[in-house]
Amino acid sequence: MIPYKKNYSTRKKRSQTLLFALFSLMSYSVIGILVLILGFIIVKGIGVINWEFISTAPEEGMTKGGIFPAIVGTFYLIIGSALFAFPVGIMSGIYMNEYAPKGKVVQFIRMMTNNLSGIPSIVFGLFGMALFVNTLGFGDSILAGSLTLGLLCLPLVIRTTEEALKAIPDSYREGSYALGATKLQTVQRIILPMGMPNIITGLILSVGRVSGETAPILFTCAAYFLPHLPNSVLDQCMALPYHLYVIATSGTNIEAQLPIAYGTALVLILIILIVNLLANVLRRYFDRKVKTN
Amino acid sequence: MRKPFERIIERLFACSGYITSVVIILIVVFLFREAFGLFKSPAVEEGYTIALNKNNKVSEDQFHAQTLKLVFDSEITNWSKLGGKDEEILLFRLDDITNYYSEDELGSDLENVPVCINRLVDSMPGIIAFIPKLYVASNFKGRLIEDVAITPADFLAGKEWYPTSTPSAQFGLLPLITGTLWVSLFAILFALPFGLAVSIYMAEIAPMKIRNIMKPMIELLAGIPSVVYGFFGLVVIVPFIQKIFHLPVGESGLAGSLVLAIMALPTIITVSEDAIRNCPRSMREASLALGASHWQTINRVVLPHSFSGITSAIVLGIGRAIGETMAVLMVTGNAAVIPTSLLEPLRTIPATIAAELGEAPAGGAHYQALFMLGVVLFFITLTINLAVERITKQQKS
Repeated sequence: MIPYKKNYSTRKKRSQTLLFALFSLMSYSVIGILVLILGFIIVKGIGVINWEFISTAPEEGMTKGGIFPAIVGTFYLIIGSALFAFPVGIMSGIYMNEYAPKGKVVQFIRMMTNNLSGIPSIVFGLFGMALFVNTLGFGDSILAGSLTLGLLCLPLVIRTTEEALKAIPDSYREGSYALGATKLQTVQRIILPMGMPNIITGLILSVGRVSGETAPILFTCAAYFLPHLPNSVLDQCMALPYHLYVIATSGTNIEAQLPIAYGTALVLILIILIVNLLANVLRRYFDRKVKTN
Repeated sequence: MRKPFERIIERLFACSGYITSVVIILIVVFLFREAFGLFKSPAVEEGYTIALNKNNKVSEDQFHAQTLKLVFDSEITNWSKLGGKDEEILLFRLDDITNYYSEDELGSDLENVPVCINRLVDSMPGIIAFIPKLYVASNFKGRLIEDVAITPADFLAGKEWYPTSTPSAQFGLLPLITGTLWVSLFAILFALPFGLAVSIYMAEIAPMKIRNIMKPMIELLAGIPSVVYGFFGLVVIVPFIQKIFHLPVGESGLAGSLVLAIMALPTIITVSEDAIRNCPRSMREASLALGASHWQTINRVVLPHSFSGITSAIVLGIGRAIGETMAVLMVTGNAAVIPTSLLEPLRTIPATIAAELGEAPAGGAHYQALFMLGVVLFFITLTINLAVERITKQQKS
């Protein structure tokens, strides 16, 4: 920060103070919106959440009971998309930073990755339906949903991996080569372990993204209501965000469903809060570790 | 032993390096494959046909989805409007048959219906009949309008989105795209002052400590799922708007814009804050050395310097808003009309896809039209991304 001089003429000073006060006011009001949304859902939802709510299935047309199948479904989708997107995304990031010829190739891949991350989630949903559900014949299933969600969070994984590897100074690579290590050994023993903390932060954030997405699973996986848990990857499953959408907008008894909607929203918010907190704590912890080293 | 193994692994890295490109190509291919049939599918409802009197010389090109709708809505009432003779148009749907023939004439099992229709079409010069193909007699004396497909003009310039309309389903893009642009633009108008203020505050004014607290909170704002925003909008913003403006329903373009504004904020803030931070220290110092105040430096040096970065922030924000599905679906009321006021319900492209794809039978015209909407959406966002790419490249050079 540049130390700004404080003794301007009073008129200049007054208008500046006024403007800066306005800016800070607007900033706090944005934070206020966040606090309002979180606070509203926490206050309304906290009374609904208890062990029974988390561990039982919906009953009586979703007006009673819990959201256990939706939690399990979201969990399956997270695992499924992670199994696909994490290895592929990390490998892609490694290729971009370590192997690909610098210049045009990297630029092209980066452009495509940016484009992919800008595509709306509903288009992923359409694509997943056309490719996984219809063409490959997976039907509405956890498999189709996970793959669609995996594609959606792929750019995030790739970008964080690339950023993480870019931050590692070249001297480490050179040191490793000087000891006679091959390129793969260098990547495997030096580059990946050093970049891992930042990569993990990205992975955690992408889990957060996957757990909240609705549009991609609308036509590839999500079930309105299932009396039992899915048995295989080719079964449909319920999912938290879709469940919230369903009970907030349709149903026979909106009044009775509302508390359950608040509870579901709170569970979703809690997942996002935990994910963000974890990512921040990790980031700070590793930053400090790097500094003390 | 090690060498071939290494080579395989390296190949694997390279393959995954290109996965995003492959996915984009696949998306284009599959969206087009599903959508393309739209312009081959019949403009008239499946299993039905349009029949005219044999002396009616109106050209077949006139009978596309939009005109059929106008004719059957009695908005066009004379054949001269379609380039025919000056003659009243007489609408005939199957239900109308009892106006012309008694039940005895139709037969107890309706076995005489084809004969009756045949006679009717033959005797009325101004008739246009919308009848099931089943009831077209083998010696039909009228003129059948068949193989009329939905045209690109019906889709691109159609003013109505009404997939269940008979005799001709309406897949007009205009109300949806104006709805989409309408909410997105207003969302950016609402979000921009706040987004700029926050990014200037965070990059220039706030002490490090406050910035370190605000940054994760903005990230959190970006992390909240869109259904939660939609739900919040539904239970808080919608009733609020309804009360303040005394509306019959609170679901409106305004509710959508407000929710989208909140959702676009994190994108605008992060991108423009980065741009502001990238202004070199030497430029600020030069400005301060000339006696400029802090605000003058921000206003005349830092902001102009980061102009292209802020532009890409705005464009990215618009892109985010255009593609947003669930929140908009929940709060805008989903009326497919060309919006004239922010306080009316409207409907966006993503919301239409999300709401209707579930009930559109796969492979039908409706299904194909929804995929065509996906294609439109894909190209809008692709254009936006390429524009941002271009702007940032200019900034660097």
